[in-house]
Amino acid sequence: MTDSADNAVDVVGVSKIFGSGDQEVRALDDVSVSIRQNEFFTLLGPSGCGKTTLLRLLAGFEHPTRGQIFLNGKDIAGLPPNRRPVNTVFQSYALFPHLTVGQNIGFGLEMLGKPKDEVEDTVDRMLKLVRMEALKKRRTSQISGGQQQRVALARALAPHPEVLLLDEPLSALDFKLRKEMQLELKRLQNETGITFIFVTHDQEEALTMSDRVAVMRDGNILQVGSPRDIYDRPAERFVADFIGDSNFLRAVIKDVSGGRARLALDAGMETEAELPDGMAESGAVTVVVRPEQARFLDGEPGARETVLEGRVETVVYFGTDTHYHMTLSSGERFIARIQNDDRGERAPEQGSAVRVAIPTRAVQVLKD
Amino acid sequence: MTGTDDIRQDAGGRAEAEAARRRVRVNWLLSAPALVWLAFAASGPLLIMAVYSFLTPGDYVGVIWDFSTEAWFQVLFSRDIFDQTVSLADAHLTIFWRSLSLSMLTTLSTLVLGFPTAYFIATRPRDQRPLWLFLVTIPFWTNLLIRTFAIMELIRNEGLINSVLLKFGLIDQPIQMLFTDGATLVGMAYVYLPLMVLPLYASMERLDFKLVEAGYDLYATRFQVLRKVIFPLVKPGVIAGSILVFIPSLGAYVTPRLLGGGRNMMMGNFIELQFGAGRNWPLGAALSITLLFVVMAALIVYVRNVGKGGAGHG
Repeated sequence: MTDSADNAVDVVGVSKIFGSGDQEVRALDDVSVSIRQNEFFTLLGPSGCGKTTLLRLLAGFEHPTRGQIFLNGKDIAGLPPNRRPVNTVFQSYALFPHLTVGQNIGFGLEMLGKPKDEVEDTVDRMLKLVRMEALKKRRTSQISGGQQQRVALARALAPHPEVLLLDEPLSALDFKLRKEMQLELKRLQNETGITFIFVTHDQEEALTMSDRVAVMRDGNILQVGSPRDIYDRPAERFVADFIGDSNFLRAVIKDVSGGRARLALDAGMETEAELPDGMAESGAVTVVVRPEQARFLDGEPGARETVLEGRVETVVYFGTDTHYHMTLSSGERFIARIQNDDRGERAPEQGSAVRVAIPTRAVQVLKD
Repeated sequence: MTGTDDIRQDAGGRAEAEAARRRVRVNWLLSAPALVWLAFAASGPLLIMAVYSFLTPGDYVGVIWDFSTEAWFQVLFSRDIFDQTVSLADAHLTIFWRSLSLSMLTTLSTLVLGFPTAYFIATRPRDQRPLWLFLVTIPFWTNLLIRTFAIMELIRNEGLINSVLLKFGLIDQPIQMLFTDGATLVGMAYVYLPLMVLPLYASMERLDFKLVEAGYDLYATRFQVLRKVIFPLVKPGVIAGSILVFIPSLGAYVTPRLLGGGRNMMMGNFIELQFGAGRNWPLGAALSITLLFVVMAALIVYVRNVGKGGAGHG
C-alpha cells in the first residue's frame, strides 16, 4: 500500500476463517478497506456479517487467517492486544467490578507504567470529558447503564489510543439515552481528534454519526461511502434495503450513452439514470426510489420528473409524515412518504387512484 | 370504592405475612433433623473433649474425674522429672510449627497447581468441562491409604524414582525422600489438590472473560491480567479453596504418618499418640481444642487479609 501512511488503518486482503473442515466458517472473505485519520468510520451490517470479527482483528483479540492490517503504516497483524495503541469500548462495557470508576479509567495508563500523578490528572480530565466527576469513587455496580457507558468510553480514551474501537456500545441503552450518547460520541470524537471505528447494526445510528460507512454482509464489504452516498446512491439491492426504506421497481434499459441509461419503468414512464460501473448495457434492471422522494401529482409533472400510476391501499399516519402504501399499475408495491404540513393539500384517501411524481435524480440503478 | 380496595389490600398483606411466617416455621421444621444431628455429632464430642482436657490422666487408659489444668500446662510447657523446673516444651512447639508450616505450604502448592488447572477447565468449551471435572475427581475413587502407599512405593529408597535414577547413573546413593517433611508435603498437596481445584473452577466459570480481554486491551501483560483482573475476581474461590485445603491439612493424620514417618509428626499424629501409647487423654483433648483455635485464628487472619486486598489496592 503506497498511501498507507496517510490512513489510520489499512486492512488489506484480510480473511478470517473459524473452525476447520465441515465446521469451517468464513467470517471475513478477502476484505480490504482504508480508514482515514480522525474519521468516524462505521461498520454497518446485520448480525453475522463479520463486522465484529473485523473489529476484533483490529483490537488483536483474533488474528487474520490471511491478509495484513496496518495501523498508521505499521503492520500490526502479529501484535497482541496489549501492544497495539488501540482501545476498545465493549458492547457489555466490561468494566472491572472490583475497581472504582476512577480506577477503571486509570487502568490502561497504570499498565503503561505512567507516573501516579499523570494517571490521576488524566483520570480527572477524562471524568470531566464524560461529565462524571462526581462519581469517581463509586463502584461500577453502583452506577446506571448510561453512566457505565461513559466510564467505558473514558477508560478506552484515557490512554489516548491512535484508534478507538466501539463494539455496538449503545445497543444496551434505551432510546432516549441512545440518542443522547450518539451526540456525546460525536462530540468526544471532535474533541479528542481520535479515529473512531464504530460497529453497529442500526442503520440510523450509522447515518447520523459517521463520516463514512462500510456496509457489510456475509464477510464482505459491499459499499463504502459517506452516509449520503450510501443512502442516495446504494450500489446493491442489499444496501438499499438495509439502509432506510426503499421501493424497488423493475425497468428495462432502452439505450445507453455516456454512462447514462434511458430506462422504461414497468410501472410508468421512461426515465433516465446513471448506470453503475461494470453493468450490462441492456436488459432488465432493478431501480430503487426512496419513499420520501415521491410526491402526489395534481397537474403536469416537471421536466425532470417521472410519473407512476397506482392506487392507495393503506394510509399510515406517523405524526411528522404519512406513509401511503400503494399498488402500481404494474402490480408492484410502492410506498410514498409525505411530510405532514398545513399547506392544505388534498391528501389521497384509501382506495383512490393516484399519480406519483419522482424526480429523475432519485432513480438509482442497482447492481443486482 | 377505594375503601374496599384498601381493605382488600390489607387482607392481602395479612395473608402474605401469615404465609411468610408459615414458610419460616416449615423451614425450621425441615432443617430440624440436620440441626439435631449437628448438635449431637459436632458439639457433643467437642464438649466431651473440653471436659476431658480439665481431668487427670488414668493409669492405663481413660481419665480420672479429678479437676486439673495440668493438661493445658503441658500443651506448651514441660516440667523436669527430677527438679520440676518449668521450660517450654520444644518438642510440642516443633510439632505445632511443622503442622502450621506444612499446611500453609500445602495450601500454597495446591493454589499454584490448582489455579492453572481450574483456568484450563473454565476456558474449555462448555460441553467439555464436565469431562475435565470428572477427571479431577478420579483420585477419590481409590482409598486414601492405598494412594498413599502408592506414593511410598514411588519415593522409598528402593522405589521407582530412586531405581531409575540409579540405573541411569544420575546418583550413586538413593535419595532419602520417604520419611521427610518434603514427602509429607508432596503427599498432602496430592491428596488435597481437588479440594482446591473445584472451588477455584466454580468461581472462574462465572468469570466474564470479556474482562480479561479488556485487561489485555488496556495494555496489561499476561501476568498483570492475572494479578490485576483475574485474581481479584476469583478471590472468593481462592479463599474457599484455601480453607478447604488448610483445615484438613492441619489435622492430617494418615499422610504424615505414612510419608513423614514416626519422627516427623504433625498435630493429628501427636494427638493420636496421647490417646494411644502416650496414655494422656487430657493432653490429647487439650491439644485437640488448641488445634481448633489455631484453625479458627488462622482463618480469621487469612480471610481478613485476602478479603481486604481487593478494596484497598490502587
